[in-house]
Amino acid sequence: MKLQIDSERCQGHGRCYDLAPELFGDDDEGYGTVLGDGTVLPGKEQDARRAVANCPERAIALVEEG
Amino acid sequence: MTVDDRFTRDFRETREDEPLGTRNEIITGPVSDWATDFSHLEPEWSADPYRIQDDLRTRCPIARTGRFGGGWLPVRYSDVAAIAYDTKNFSSRSIIMGNFRPPVEIAPIGGSPPISSDPPFHHDARKLLLPAFTKSAIARQEPATRAFCHTLLDAFDGQDVVDAARDYAQHIPMRVIADMLGFPPEDGPQFRQFVENTLEGINLPPEERIERMTGLFDYLLAQVHDHPDNPRHDLTSYLINAELYGRKLEPGHVTGTMALLLIAGIDTTWSAIGSSLWHLARTPADRERLVAEPDLVPTAMEEFLRAYAPVTMARLVKHDMHWRGVDMKADDWILLSFPAANRDPAQFSRADEVVIDREVNRHAAFGLGVHRCVGSHLARMELRVALAVWLQRIPDFSLADPAAVTWSAGQIRGPRSLPLRIG
Repeated sequence: MKLQIDSERCQGHGRCYDLAPELFGDDDEGYGTVLGDGTVLPGKEQDARRAVANCPERAIALVEEG
Repeated sequence: MTVDDRFTRDFRETREDEPLGTRNEIITGPVSDWATDFSHLEPEWSADPYRIQDDLRTRCPIARTGRFGGGWLPVRYSDVAAIAYDTKNFSSRSIIMGNFRPPVEIAPIGGSPPISSDPPFHHDARKLLLPAFTKSAIARQEPATRAFCHTLLDAFDGQDVVDAARDYAQHIPMRVIADMLGFPPEDGPQFRQFVENTLEGINLPPEERIERMTGLFDYLLAQVHDHPDNPRHDLTSYLINAELYGRKLEPGHVTGTMALLLIAGIDTTWSAIGSSLWHLARTPADRERLVAEPDLVPTAMEEFLRAYAPVTMARLVKHDMHWRGVDMKADDWILLSFPAANRDPAQFSRADEVVIDREVNRHAAFGLGVHRCVGSHLARMELRVALAVWLQRIPDFSLADPAAVTWSAGQIRGPRSLPLRIG
């Protein structure tokens, strides 16, 4: 599974990097970024889903790979 | 070093050819029907806006009023979100619903950029501020904030009843934003006056309102003048030196943004801290659980922000249009209630309950879309630290006199007097 942030929608609320700091970071202006290439390592799926479910702008997608 | 000549003459003098904006008749007194005559400035609204909003949601759901020269109040999440996202049809040129509309020509900058700005200018004015308000920039304020909370609680020593709004919640955001702007910490009492003048004096006669706002801008200008004499690294210096489109900011932009940071940074978080403590004082099960599980504070705090969102914004309709079943006219107000959106059962399960371990909480307390509160990371840090320190130091507290709790009037709602029995 892979995380993607729609930068058109993200407004920098920061819920993703608050809730799942191992999966998300922020840029110099506070907008959310995915760490690495966004791949969710085993054991981190629940954190990823929680971040998706709490984004006020619905800017995060969790996509199945393959 | 002297202040550059942007600030030496009085840039606020109005030229004769400048448009003045419009004023309407001030209408106060009991509301006849909240669906057709609403007013957020009447005491029933500040006492309990949720009951009114819940009722409107079932029968309206976009209320209207003839007060304030005409306006609309959507109470469904979907309508509030749609307006927050729609900067083509709804302008931010004034964000405080009252009896004065600034002239159309003030857009897209507005009186206090970027909150009063519309795209595309809004984006550029906001971009100037964002780096100072990221989570990591704000984290640098946390140790001093924590120490200050402890100092405030030290002063409670020996008292059985304390006012958590007046003697705790109020001071925390005041001190932090004064530090960030580089204002003397002892000026706090003046800030309270500025906040009340800006946000609560809405129905005062125009001359009195203008006079009160002049006091705020006189103060800010004095601070601008003091900075070159006593240089320091703070947001005021940053704004004086900042550039946009290759030139220094207009003087009104500098003081307008300073006013925004001062006013918006104080009343809002003061309200959020106060409402959270009010809830915990009257809900022993939640209080005991947070004392036992301090790691739950960040999750509980999001729920307090949802259920007691302090901030309601406003917009002005840009042109006549039929919008979701109602006929809006150009320059009608929209009272943009994020608190009402946050309690819409179509968006939240158990919307009218406070569930401190709520897992999914897409609340709109800090707004939605391009105007997301620029200080949200600061507010969250202050609220989290204020609650954590209080619960650690004062685990046992209750309302000393429920009838003595008072709430602010207008678009920012929170307790202004909150007597608590401690220990």
